[in-house]
Amino acid sequence: MSSSLSKFSKNESSVQKKNHNTVSSDNIAVKNKGMGKLERNRVIMSWTFVIIPTFFILLFYFYPMVQAFWLSLHTGAGVNLTFTGFDNYRRLFSDQAFIAALTNTFIFLVFQIPLMIILALVFSVILNQKTLKLKGIFRTLVFLPSITSLVAYSLVFRYLFSNNGIVNQILMGINLIDSPVLWLGDPFWARVLIIIAITWRWTGYNMIFYLSALQNVSPSIYEAARIDGASAVQQFFKITIPMLRPVILFTSITSTIGTLQLFDEPMNLTGGGPGNATTTLSQYIYNLSFQFTPNFGYASAVSYTIVVFVVILSAIQFRLGRERK
Amino acid sequence: MKNQETMKKVFMYSFLILTSVMFFFPFYFLIISITNPSIDITRGRLLPGTHFIENFRTMIETSLLSRAVINSTIVSFGQTILSIFVSSLAGYGFEVHKSRGKEIVYNMVLLSMMIPFAALMVPLFRLFGTISEVAPIFGIDTLFGVILPYVSTAFLIFFFRQNTKMFPKELLEAGRIDGLSELGLFLKIYMPTMKTTYAAAGIVTFMGAWNNFLWPLVILQSPRNFTVPLVISAMGSGYLIDFGAVMIAIFFTTIPTAIIFFVLQKHFVAGMVGSIK
Repeated sequence: MSSSLSKFSKNESSVQKKNHNTVSSDNIAVKNKGMGKLERNRVIMSWTFVIIPTFFILLFYFYPMVQAFWLSLHTGAGVNLTFTGFDNYRRLFSDQAFIAALTNTFIFLVFQIPLMIILALVFSVILNQKTLKLKGIFRTLVFLPSITSLVAYSLVFRYLFSNNGIVNQILMGINLIDSPVLWLGDPFWARVLIIIAITWRWTGYNMIFYLSALQNVSPSIYEAARIDGASAVQQFFKITIPMLRPVILFTSITSTIGTLQLFDEPMNLTGGGPGNATTTLSQYIYNLSFQFTPNFGYASAVSYTIVVFVVILSAIQFRLGRERK
Repeated sequence: MKNQETMKKVFMYSFLILTSVMFFFPFYFLIISITNPSIDITRGRLLPGTHFIENFRTMIETSLLSRAVINSTIVSFGQTILSIFVSSLAGYGFEVHKSRGKEIVYNMVLLSMMIPFAALMVPLFRLFGTISEVAPIFGIDTLFGVILPYVSTAFLIFFFRQNTKMFPKELLEAGRIDGLSELGLFLKIYMPTMKTTYAAAGIVTFMGAWNNFLWPLVILQSPRNFTVPLVISAMGSGYLIDFGAVMIAIFFTTIPTAIIFFVLQKHFVAGMVGSIK
């Protein structure tokens, strides 16, 4: 993973420039070396294998990205677009709904991801113990949420956490609260609910990555630490976390990118409400394009903010991960 | 010392049991709820009832779920077969016939992993609007339209390339001597040898396709074309919600993924973590 990522970032800038030069030099090289006709056919075939999928990626990823930028400089509904320069981007700063969506997305990012990653690490360490009984069952139970569809589990959670729903009943039954928590009606609790829901859905998923990485950590390292008198907590911070750093990095990047695009849960669990309390950037883009009077230009400007964040955050996380080596 | 050990064990097992109950609780609630009437579900009844058949009937009568199951099956199988074929072609091409030019193309392909789908939905929708004018069966409100953007993905290409590193290249030499073409080598030697990689990639892709929500929501317009998540989402946000019917719909559409998970657990995990090795 880490080697491929470093390749990935190194060549980022040179990708576009060199692209067609090398394609042609490749074929020339083949001719010059005087390879047989058969061998040349093979090289041509191997390029065909590669070019078809690449064409789809150009068509469905890169071309739309360019289109989105072009769109973001325009305004108007449907096909009647007029050029407005960077007006859409300027508008972002005074758009309360956008600022709310941005804030919400970052609240989820800052609180949910560390919570989930720590929880997943704790589970993986506990469930990796050789002497633990019923390991398989515990693992399966923690992982099981990961097979559910986001829409389905969001709806189930909506019923679980309704005002007179079972969660409130249980919390009142054990005297933790006096009156029902308005999970769906109170801005604070609605956000907490989204965080609980995502954590339920994704902790087991991340745990699997840590478990498979832990299998490559030699038990003798822990043995040596125990002999030196290291406590379980010390072992966790001094051995487990450093050993798993590349995987933790990988999962935090994928989780960050996932959370920046959060859509299914707020859409089906809270409806983005109450008010705008749980609306995310993705949902705002969707609303701008397909729910309200379509404004593709402005929606594209909003979507470019996500692109910028994905790029910046991935870069930061990658940098941090490399520095601590 | 021994006392401390026991305490630690007790603490650990109580933690595991408590959290496992919390992780399983929504499933329990779902399974119980399919047998209860709507009113009991909102009240959070935790015991099985006798309303299963009525719930089932309501679901069949009031929703387009059976149609959606057919649509989702077409989309999921179509997307899985197409995308693992196309992406494995690329993985093979990049890894077996390495060249500087291909590395550059490969890095560009990887770069597309950074593009968030949220940023693509508007321009993709417009692109499919254009496609609709040229070839309506691939355009907006078609199942092909749901599949097309996922036919080739950077993730799958990366996954296949990583796994191809372990592929014994001598097999290809043998095939070349037998006079197989490059496509022949791919179809007759590479694909059968890489069965487990295909299984892992196939499962992950299938699950993703079966559960995909945002893109189908954008591109599909008529309810008869809806996939399962769209129908369930619509059922859950109507004016008169029958919770029993929603629960039973969720239950039956989660079963396929549960079966895939339990039967093919090994491949499933391989598909998830295989890409980071």
